[in-house]
Amino acid sequence: MALRKAKFRHFSYFILPALLLLVIFVLYPTFNTIFLSFVDSEGNLSLSNYREVFSSRDILDPRGLERGFPFGSLIHNLMWIAIHLPLTTLVGLFLAILLRDVKGGGIVKSIIFLGMVMPMIVGGIMIRFMFEENVGVVNLVLQTLGLEGKTWTAYPETALFALIFGSVWLWTGFSMILYSAGLETIPNTYYEAAQIDGASKFKMLLKITIPLLKPITVVVLTMTLLWELKVFDIVYIATMGGPGGSSNVLALQMYLYGFREWDFGKSAVVAVLITASTLLAAIPMMKSAGDEAE
Amino acid sequence: MRKSRREIVLKTVIAWIIALIWILPLMGVVMTAIRPFSEVLDGWWSLKPFTATLSNFTGALNHRTAPLYRGMINSLLIALPSTVIPLMLATLAGYGISRYGFPFRKTFILTVVLTLALPQQMIAIPIFKIMSTLGLVDTYFGLILLHTAWGIPWITFFMRNYFKTLPTDMEEAARIDGAGDLGIFFRIVLPNAFPAIASASALQFTWVWSDFFLALILIYSPDKLLATQRIPLMRGVYHVDWGLLSAASLMVMIVPILIYILLQRYYVKGMVGWTIK
Repeated sequence: MALRKAKFRHFSYFILPALLLLVIFVLYPTFNTIFLSFVDSEGNLSLSNYREVFSSRDILDPRGLERGFPFGSLIHNLMWIAIHLPLTTLVGLFLAILLRDVKGGGIVKSIIFLGMVMPMIVGGIMIRFMFEENVGVVNLVLQTLGLEGKTWTAYPETALFALIFGSVWLWTGFSMILYSAGLETIPNTYYEAAQIDGASKFKMLLKITIPLLKPITVVVLTMTLLWELKVFDIVYIATMGGPGGSSNVLALQMYLYGFREWDFGKSAVVAVLITASTLLAAIPMMKSAGDEAE
Repeated sequence: MRKSRREIVLKTVIAWIIALIWILPLMGVVMTAIRPFSEVLDGWWSLKPFTATLSNFTGALNHRTAPLYRGMINSLLIALPSTVIPLMLATLAGYGISRYGFPFRKTFILTVVLTLALPQQMIAIPIFKIMSTLGLVDTYFGLILLHTAWGIPWITFFMRNYFKTLPTDMEEAARIDGAGDLGIFFRIVLPNAFPAIASASALQFTWVWSDFFLALILIYSPDKLLATQRIPLMRGVYHVDWGLLSAASLMVMIVPILIYILLQRYYVKGMVGWTIK
């Protein structure tokens, strides 16, 4: 009895305040959004929102196969992942290894990490700026190479790619910092031993560095995937999903349905879709946290 | 491992070339912000003429429709309480979870981890409805409450992981001396938790300052708009005044960058520790 009392006391001091806020402002809204996604415009439970959203060209646009962008926001998110995920992970790993034994590597790391520190709304402005026709630095590079420049974010066929490559510039600092921290945990003796055995640099990378960094790779891939699925600010400020929806993404589409068209049902469906994908992406990380809590 | 001199020189050169490329866009923003817009129409890299001016900064701060100085103050009014309150609550919760057994401890931890993956879009509509019911739409109190609730899961998880690494000897000694749970927490645990609290504060403050989505759905009165909300309003409809926008961007990003520079050790530790346990 005394033990139970102590437990209750601990619970109410330490956990209850946090739990209450969590339930009211995070958990209840989450389940309410799921519920809303099944409520049609007449207030009945049905799948009509899902039917409407998945047949909508905002989400999937099969005409894209013939005439190019837009392909629909779901496909745009997938394209974001296909380009951004491998690029930021590999470049981050490369930089972490390169900067490990460079003088002033800390300063270089800080410069690259700046993209992670700035608000993403500012990041979006910067992307717009660097891809601008007259004042943008991308066109300066292209012109010195003798190529024609333009405002890359203003054309349907390039808007999304401009945003994706711009966001590589913003996000690479994340994987670089994590990999740098991971490299510090690998003892130098491993490499020394391998060197004595006559292993090449490349072999050491494949047999020592990459396998030992695997737990970090899981975290980097997961967090980057989550970021790509949730991307909103950059698109909102740089293109507003345009021109003509050709750089639209799911998170922006959710906002447009919900807070521009005030169609909560369709908006909730998109929110559920994003959440289902993020939860799927987070399974490996949740597993390790769950095991640990045993 | 021994490395040849030549290899190190080569790597250093490559590293600094990459750094230079990486910082070019930022340099562009700085160069555009400190000069009249007419000078940078053909690109900020053309240096003649070069006239340094603060007019873009004053122009952004006193913008006719969206003065940024008001936005910076507003953002501070939101970010300070939205850092302190969730840190207090989540530190308590993280400690509770790491030290005491509860019947549904594992469920709680899993819920916390689950919410880490949750997009803000998933709570947006119900939050808007709840806040309307409570009369908290377009109020700072409502937004602070929301940031607090949103910050609690990750800070709880972060603090729990930190407390698990702290030895419990001192706490047990204090308990034998007759100290109560809260006394132990405030007098022994909290001072020892300073590094973790600094890390979590730096990150939470940065994120709240940088937040755009939650502010977008809750705050709409022109005089209440936060700094991040004023940047889209400065863009203009027909032509973009990059001088003004660059100056505004610099001022909005300087706050998190200062925190990063001042608290770099804690910042990076937080980032790494929060993702890698």
